[in-house]
Amino acid sequence: MAKIKSLEELTKIKEQAVKGLKMRDSGKKGKIVVAMGTCGIAAGAKDTLRAVVDSLSEKGVEDISVIQSGCFGLCDVEPTIEVHLEGSDPIIYGNVTPGNAKRIIEQHVIEGKVVGDLIVKRGEL
Amino acid sequence: MPVVESTVLICAGGACISAGEKSAKQALEKKLKEYALDGVVRVVETGCMAACDLGPILVIYPEGVFYQKVTPEAAEAIAEEHLLKGRVVEKYLYKGAEGELRRRPQEEIPFFTKQVKVATRNLGVIDPLSIDEYIARDGYFALNRVLNDMSPNDVLKELKSSGLRGRGGAGFPTHLKWSFTRQADGKPKYIICNADEGDPGAFMDRAILEGDPHVVVEAMTIAGMVIGADKGYVYCRAEYPLAIDRLTTAIEKAREYGFLGDGIMGSDRSFDIEIRIGAGAFVCGEETALINSIEGKRGIPKVKPPFPATSGLWGKPTLLNNVETFANIPQILLNGGDWFSSFGVEGSRGTKVFALAGKINNTGLVEVPMGTTLQELIFEIGGGIPDGKKLKAVQTGGPSGGCIPLEHMDAPITYDSLAELGTILGSGGMIVMDEDDCMVDVAKFFLEFTVEESCGQCTPCRDGTRQMLNILEKITADEDAEEDLEALKHLGEHIMKTSLCGLGQTAPQPVVSTMRFFWDEYLAHVREGKCPAKRCKSLTRIVIDEEKCVGCTACARVCPVDAISGAVKEVHYIDPEICTRCGACLEVCRFDAINKVSP
Repeated sequence: MAKIKSLEELTKIKEQAVKGLKMRDSGKKGKIVVAMGTCGIAAGAKDTLRAVVDSLSEKGVEDISVIQSGCFGLCDVEPTIEVHLEGSDPIIYGNVTPGNAKRIIEQHVIEGKVVGDLIVKRGEL
Repeated sequence: MPVVESTVLICAGGACISAGEKSAKQALEKKLKEYALDGVVRVVETGCMAACDLGPILVIYPEGVFYQKVTPEAAEAIAEEHLLKGRVVEKYLYKGAEGELRRRPQEEIPFFTKQVKVATRNLGVIDPLSIDEYIARDGYFALNRVLNDMSPNDVLKELKSSGLRGRGGAGFPTHLKWSFTRQADGKPKYIICNADEGDPGAFMDRAILEGDPHVVVEAMTIAGMVIGADKGYVYCRAEYPLAIDRLTTAIEKAREYGFLGDGIMGSDRSFDIEIRIGAGAFVCGEETALINSIEGKRGIPKVKPPFPATSGLWGKPTLLNNVETFANIPQILLNGGDWFSSFGVEGSRGTKVFALAGKINNTGLVEVPMGTTLQELIFEIGGGIPDGKKLKAVQTGGPSGGCIPLEHMDAPITYDSLAELGTILGSGGMIVMDEDDCMVDVAKFFLEFTVEESCGQCTPCRDGTRQMLNILEKITADEDAEEDLEALKHLGEHIMKTSLCGLGQTAPQPVVSTMRFFWDEYLAHVREGKCPAKRCKSLTRIVIDEEKCVGCTACARVCPVDAISGAVKEVHYIDPEICTRCGACLEVCRFDAINKVSP
């Protein structure tokens, strides 16, 4: 990575990264964000992450990227994951045990049906 | 927390209560029990939902369906149709003033709608390991502005108009700290970020470092440019390994991109950051002790003045801010000081992050404008108290703070209003306590903490807090201690007046504050040998009700110390000498035959 020396270079990176965040240009149809703060990890987010990755590959889903982030504040319902499919509102799920993660992949990612009983929030944080 | 499928919010504002909220709630809960839904449907009483004329109001989440004028019959219908069978009951749907059907979407629940995120805006939104995602959220644009478009005085002007005060606890105006350090003679100068978050129950700094480490890197670099420093240290406690990991990655990435190191963003300026890991002493959060610790000396506080702004790290001018304070800076510079000061109230501007812990439903981290009331924070955003218990008090400011009782929940959260209530805003930890918490026991807990953490340098703190703890132990151990209460008061006053540093000066606060608001509880302990919350072991017994015990032996089997005796189908007995009051038997008894009593 060359060092950034001007506002133009910084803006260029921003524009690219914004696309990545909104994933219009990433070649992916969606992303799953697993909250990996200490609270999430203590509640089992590492197992959740593994379950997400495993069930995606089990189902042969390749166009979803899996990303980690920090704690968004509702530590009580950790582990939390955000499922953001192209063209629809992001959904944040709480209490995502490995079993629930599998259910979310099957119902939400594959069948396109939101898993009502685990929703914490609809829409951007 | 068990998996909850639905949450029912029932408005328990004054108007709805008088409209019959209690009986509607009872009817609802009875039905839920009947349908065995009480485990998966959570019923929460909330504050006023502001549609008082249509009360009682009830909302069901996750669907976000509003019902109005919920009579007990309506509540039963809703339990059966909506919660059991999943069908909306049109008849009772909220119609608003214009008679229009309304279903509010999920994102409007108060936990999200009442928050204003500045310091925590990127938490959970970006990948903390990706510098690009930080840049996507305007990261390092404030630094660019400071390097190219703003003079140091411009920056100080924005900080001044923002009204930002230190978020670590003391609340010193940030712009003053910055300008004192800038004006101070001496080279080199240093920037320190205090990430030695030690208050029990506080974790906002950890969350920021774990979720958005670049914001701290950017803000410290900006500080370096303004103050004229080219070296910064983050002093982070060793108990935060993940925060340290992510910050380390962030610093490396920032160097790679040219935001740290020599020639920052093509300019001729230099700045770099190193991490120093604390060894776990609470007192090292005190700025002079922290500086000693970075220098490799024993972490004990020094006399002030001189303040770090003139003589800090290695005797040089040093700017020391807390993580959350730094996290606000880039946004203030991008949006202007006036934007930041548009949140909050006179004297307490902007937003503040709070860590909600203890007996509260939404345990976690929230950021709200200063001046939000405790009522809003605890009951609306925090979701109230679990298990239908009653709130007793909120502890703020950790071991340096005090308890605010229920009757003051309408107080706005500001530096000044909390000071009037005999506590401090502190770093933002809020521990919520319900009717099962004994206030003498709470005071004892915090004092045990400070006795342990006192550095031992000055007598009032080292010996005084120990003496106070001895008295509290006497009070909770059913010894004759009424005369000691006066001594407890005096000790508190003297320790606060005569200690060297902030730790000692505030250590008696939890005791002083609980004596102010919960004097009756102290008296009940010393005069009647009674712990009203049934918490203090020496003043409580666990007994079996002979009328109700059927001799099922469940209690005897779980008792870890074999204190329970009795044959099958005969009344059991708990030996108070052996019993440790752990309460395991209380939980397993299915006949409601075991009770905690305090004489």
